Amino acid sequence: MKHFLNHLLNLQQYPLSPNSLLLSLYIYILPTLAAQTSSTQLSLSLSPRFSKEKACLRQRIMGWAIALHGGAGDIPVSLAAERRQPREAALRHCLKVGVGALKAQKSPLDVVELVVRELENNPHYNAGRGSVLTREGTIEMEASIMDGNTKRCGAVSGLTTVVNPISLARLVMEKTPHIYLAFDGAERFAREQGIETVDSSHFITQENIERLKQAKEANRVQIDYTQPIQKDEKKETPTADGDSQIGTVGCVAVDSHGNLASATSTGGLVNKMVGRIGDTPIIGAGTYANNLCAVSATGKGEAIMRGTVARDVAALMEFKGLSLKDAAAYVVEECVPRGNVGLVAVSAKGEVTMSYNTTGMFRACATEDGYSEIAIWPSVQN
Amino acid sequence: MGGWAIAVHGGAGVDPNLPPHRQEEAKKLLTRCLNLGISALRSNHSAIDVVELVVRELETDPVFNSGRGSALTANGTVEMEASIMDGNGRRCGAVSGLTTVKNPVSLARLVMDKSPHSYLAFSGAEDFARQQGVELVENEYFITEENVGMLKLAKEANTIVFDYRIPAVGSETCSAVAESPLQMNGLPISVYAPETVGCVVVDNQGRCAAATSTGGLMNKMNGRIGDSPLIGAGTYACNLCGVSCTGEGEAIIRGTLAREVAAVMEYKGLSLQEAVDFVIKERLDEGFAGLIAVSNKGDVACGFNTTGMFRGCATEDGFMEVNIWE
Repeated sequence: MKHFLNHLLNLQQYPLSPNSLLLSLYIYILPTLAAQTSSTQLSLSLSPRFSKEKACLRQRIMGWAIALHGGAGDIPVSLAAERRQPREAALRHCLKVGVGALKAQKSPLDVVELVVRELENNPHYNAGRGSVLTREGTIEMEASIMDGNTKRCGAVSGLTTVVNPISLARLVMEKTPHIYLAFDGAERFAREQGIETVDSSHFITQENIERLKQAKEANRVQIDYTQPIQKDEKKETPTADGDSQIGTVGCVAVDSHGNLASATSTGGLVNKMVGRIGDTPIIGAGTYANNLCAVSATGKGEAIMRGTVARDVAALMEFKGLSLKDAAAYVVEECVPRGNVGLVAVSAKGEVTMSYNTTGMFRACATEDGYSEIAIWPSVQN
Repeated sequence: MGGWAIAVHGGAGVDPNLPPHRQEEAKKLLTRCLNLGISALRSNHSAIDVVELVVRELETDPVFNSGRGSALTANGTVEMEASIMDGNGRRCGAVSGLTTVKNPVSLARLVMDKSPHSYLAFSGAEDFARQQGVELVENEYFITEENVGMLKLAKEANTIVFDYRIPAVGSETCSAVAESPLQMNGLPISVYAPETVGCVVVDNQGRCAAATSTGGLMNKMNGRIGDSPLIGAGTYACNLCGVSCTGEGEAIIRGTLAREVAAVMEYKGLSLQEAVDFVIKERLDEGFAGLIAVSNKGDVACGFNTTGMFRGCATEDGFMEVNIWE
């Protein structure tokens, strides 16, 4: 019952007509009953074999929605304006690109790829250009993409010259019989496909050279955005804020038909061992989409992997009937230690949620009814 | 129930025409590995130690597709991958793209225990192996004549062979290859045969662990990573259960199969066997796979939608079974 009320609350952004109320009952109560009898036939994991009649009804309460992130972490509230503004501007720009694409009826798969490409091209975020460096000072990028309808997916790791890792991940999904290609094999595939490649130096920024230096001095591996812990004490120095604000990037989207997709891309951890793979290319960890929801996670890769974060949000919705918001909150609060994870997610019904257990998360979202948000730290509104 | 339990597998999808002596050979190896595990469990070794030692044995023996006897890439080389997970704390370790490490599962364990990361691959993993002083051999060590033959067959049929159980003996197998209706990802699969190996254990303290190791698909693209090293797909363990999967890597990945078993137990309250049955029935769509699992209560279960799966299981109360078919 609580879930049903939550559901009605979520609906309040749409005109609440008798039809939509009836529809809510139909869509909500039946699967709930079905779940109690352990039957999966009527469950909310609506398959493509969903009848046309139901599909038409479904459309009326849904709209498109999109959410994107630029990394969760210990982002200090004292972040200098000259570091904060370009990142906010990038979020605003990418949101605009994504919303425009959804309005132009592009598929969510196209939308998430498009938005992540924008984020990869932006040097302020830890993906593509602006990727953090391995302990050898090199670039190793990874990404994954997933289509909720078909659950087809593509992933890549260990890229050094591919300008847009997310696009290569999509090519792996569409042009090979495999899901995941890495290192030399992936680079070779990139060349065969004629995707844009450049010299690895293109991706390296001065900021990241600095970050690596600091990390080596502090002799630890850091999520790319934690405050560098100085040897004496944790205090903000002029270079301190150079380390806290970037992270993995990702985007999730749903169109007004309930098609979902998710995409995530990263340069990984500062000072990581060469060959280290994080959660970003791991389906079920950093990225997941089915016909209930699409999720993209960010944070400490090792923790997200063991917590199978992206998959668990969807699993909680499916098996425990939690709402998108509750499922995301549960995973972020219960499944991963504090300070380690953030995620963005959208549901087939056009809901959006952005949840994190770190100081902040660079994020933005928008829904068809006109709601939009761009933020870094917790918003004070409800 | 309580008590320890162990299960091992040598791959899902067995050619129905597999010669009897090959079946015997496989069953003997599974029995030997089970017994190794059982005696370790009786000596109170922890689940994580037992899965590692059993999978090492499976890797070393060339019968199955892991370590020595691994399937070959399109280039005729071997690229191995493995993962291991300790349900106690959900720590995990994984490796991919290994070419000289004699026992991939042990390197995966070292990644878990001795590195700040959970997953290392290709040259970075090989460097780590050197630093850690694990046993290294030439890539040729892993290549068997049989697999060279199978690769040739696969290239001729222009497919990715699921594995290589059918020895390349001549025309009778060639025609079987050409006419097989079995598909994977839209490509014809010539032969359905075992591949990956794995082991799941719950020890007498109720701790679960799982490990999986493979050479991957015959004729795979270099750099292709399958489900075996992916936590949540090919391997998973938590305080409720330990799971290891085998079969079509792509289907296992998109179904996050190993995690799924644990998730339905955790979120739907299903028992181990119910969870395994649910996952095999509902999560594979058109894919083919099998899995073994143990629960913290000492239950053991397996499920597969393929024609056969090389497997064996045993529990503390004396039950023991090694099987290939339904």
